[in-house]
Amino acid sequence: MEQTEHNTTPPRPKLIPFLTSLLLAGSAFALLAPAAQAFTVTTPEGASPNAHAIHEIYVLALAFGLAIFLGVWVSLGWCLWRYRARKRHAEGAQIHGNTRLEVGWTLGAAGVLVVLAVFIFVKLGSIIDPQNSGPEGEALLERGPLYALAERKLPPSGKRLEINVVGRQYVWQFVYPGGTGPAKFGPTYSYEEMVVPTETTVVLNVTAADVVHSWWVPALGGKVQAVPGYHNYTWFKISKPGVFHGQCANICGRDHARMIATVRAVPPAQFEAWLAERKRDLEIAGEEAANARAKMAQLRGPQSVENP
Amino acid sequence: MATPQTQALTAEQVTALPQIVAHEVRREPKGWTSWITTTDHKRIGILYIVTTFGFFILGGVEALMIRLQLGVPENTLVTPQVYNQLFTLHGTTMVFLFVVPMMAGFGNYLVPLMIGARDMAFPRLNALSYWLLLAGGIVFYASLFFTPPEAGWTSYVPLSGALYSPGGGQDAWIYLVHLTGLSSILGALNFYVTIANMRAKGMSWGRLPLFIWGILIYSILILLAMPVIAAAVTMLLTDRHFGTHFFDPTNGGSALLWQHLFWFFGHPEVYIMILPGFGIISEVLPVFARKPVFGYKAVAASTVGIGFLSFLVWAHHMFATPLPLAVLIFMMLSSMTIAIPTGVKIFNWIGTLWRGSIEFRTPLLFAAGFIALFTIGGISGVFLAMFPVDWQLNESYFVVAHIHFVLVGGAVMTIFAGIYYWFPKITGRMLSERLGKLSFWLMFVGILTTFLIQHVAGLEGMPRRVYEYPNVGDLAADNLTSTVGAFILALGVLVTIINVLRSLKHGAIAGPDPWRANTLEWFTPSPPPPHNFDVIPEVRSLEPLRDIRAEVARATGVTEPVGTGG
Repeated sequence: MEQTEHNTTPPRPKLIPFLTSLLLAGSAFALLAPAAQAFTVTTPEGASPNAHAIHEIYVLALAFGLAIFLGVWVSLGWCLWRYRARKRHAEGAQIHGNTRLEVGWTLGAAGVLVVLAVFIFVKLGSIIDPQNSGPEGEALLERGPLYALAERKLPPSGKRLEINVVGRQYVWQFVYPGGTGPAKFGPTYSYEEMVVPTETTVVLNVTAADVVHSWWVPALGGKVQAVPGYHNYTWFKISKPGVFHGQCANICGRDHARMIATVRAVPPAQFEAWLAERKRDLEIAGEEAANARAKMAQLRGPQSVENP
Repeated sequence: MATPQTQALTAEQVTALPQIVAHEVRREPKGWTSWITTTDHKRIGILYIVTTFGFFILGGVEALMIRLQLGVPENTLVTPQVYNQLFTLHGTTMVFLFVVPMMAGFGNYLVPLMIGARDMAFPRLNALSYWLLLAGGIVFYASLFFTPPEAGWTSYVPLSGALYSPGGGQDAWIYLVHLTGLSSILGALNFYVTIANMRAKGMSWGRLPLFIWGILIYSILILLAMPVIAAAVTMLLTDRHFGTHFFDPTNGGSALLWQHLFWFFGHPEVYIMILPGFGIISEVLPVFARKPVFGYKAVAASTVGIGFLSFLVWAHHMFATPLPLAVLIFMMLSSMTIAIPTGVKIFNWIGTLWRGSIEFRTPLLFAAGFIALFTIGGISGVFLAMFPVDWQLNESYFVVAHIHFVLVGGAVMTIFAGIYYWFPKITGRMLSERLGKLSFWLMFVGILTTFLIQHVAGLEGMPRRVYEYPNVGDLAADNLTSTVGAFILALGVLVTIINVLRSLKHGAIAGPDPWRANTLEWFTPSPPPPHNFDVIPEVRSLEPLRDIRAEVARATGVTEPVGTGG
């Protein structure tokens, strides 16, 4: 048998069977595609511009990914079938490689990645830079107080509704801007359900009170890790009223699975009403608690409590 | 690569002089104590492979319990606490006690044989490596009798701190990382020195088998990455017990520091787990395609390239943490770059099959199945490298699908290819082809059924590490499919276990070279004697055994293949 050291230029592979199998795979794929629609194969199209831009990048990557997947599976399957041993112990072609092919597929792979990277840079702004609110939202923000810290990305107008999201075992707390109320109760807050106005740019300032959590409502963009000791930011802008579900995405202890998050988007007027009502509820609850404490403080004897 | 000798052999060359002169031949030690005192790299290799396969079974049982719990929505089979313990045990076992040391097991058995050496450079250190590994495994699993850890194999602080994980299980985890890490570091040092210094005459770097390239880069990555996790877990230990505050945000420490240190180790760890597997594939494909490996230099160089890049990408596990935009962009571009050498490997493997004469033996099936499955994991890896997309996908079942395509479709398939390929060398007997093929198809179908659908579950919003999920969307159907797949996969593994146990006694006698392979380990009898080689042949090409077969055929006129198993 002959062994050569140099790279022989391989003869052209037979194209017809290769193209046939490619065609077969393509038609199989076309048939399977409707079936695949029954499954979720993309990130959510999203109810917020940033989630939508992520979706667009994902779809482009999926197209490339499926093409590469098909290319590899078809050529692998074709090689296995076409070059199966016809005789026991027959030798294959003694080819050691091909420099032009090597360079070709290296550059090809790099090219795909460059296209993806460029597309990401094109879309990046619409993902990380908050947009201005819509007219209704702007009007709302004109009326409401703004919560200002300088280190995060802001919409061009600088106006946004900023909500502090605090992760703790095993509940999300949402603290709304607005300072202290008359009962010195602190800012208005809610648990589990975040109510936000539509057409308004909402910036979330995410942190954690105990262990690491991760904020994730898929329709409103990607995850932000809530790390104790750090502030992390994200934003969204919802155009139509709706309810969006999510949950903590980073293992945070035994009830991690139960740490759910809901965002309910309502028109700005309804939002203002909700916020006022929420504030009132908290004040009433605060007063009741203060009364109960005062009562307990007067108890003497076996019923008394320390530090009511 | 050099051309093999073409002139006829002289009588002197045929009767080579012995390279070892012994005054007495000691009887090979027998009995179970000989396995404890042994420093023979082959016996240590067998100890590694058997032990880690035992841990693979334990980790597999844990995986099945996880899948049972997730089989239906809102299941109450196990408590949240037990569930968290299960995924922590599963992840830790598979990474620290199965894949990494399994590769060390193959390396131990094969490195000296493949490079033409009589043992590892430091045989006693080699034995110590194994016993440290076993000790690590025992310490970790002993926690089953009190409180197993439940913070995940990544053990993020503050959850793994004393306040939130007061039990001793977390300390057992730390101890495991220390012991197995020390075991890996000593083993890696040994591999590196052995490969650098003990190669047969003529085996230049350009003739180093690709599996040895894999083990070489594996060793370098271990030497650079393992000390980092050792430092990190030491800091965790002192935080937990001795009043330091490295990771404690309430006392000026940083919870993010743990993630940086962990993933600076954790990402190279991924390549520590897969590079030797890549090497196994690069050995198996040429033998069964009856053809030299396509683009040897490109495949070897891509191994080195992946090894280098693996240290520049760690923060892609942390895209959702508060990091500057410049860091996000750098880590995205470096992570995407890894797809290039990985793609080069896949194309070269397909190139190796192209125009071959492919014999469909079980090792080839596992190798081809590996290419098919690993490609899926590689592609989903590019999705995760793009940080805006990663914000949607990370910590979801999409990531679970990705790591399992890379580690089960990837590393486990290569390990099974290796088991079927080298079992005849290690035991002297062939595995059953029928059972082997059955096992392959069950595993291949099982992996696709279990993990493909997990991408969908992740895209539908299911986070990882949840002990239950609500019955919304297709989640119930997705998870049931995945659970059924896991049992198909487990059945495939079981068939191989039966095959191994059966073939140990009843397998056909393999002979020295049943596959008509290319590398030096097949020059020895099966199983090889304690000193491996009577005469270490001179290496003249990447395929020394092929050259030897050609020489023998020329000198004797007999062209029958060496060995009887083929």
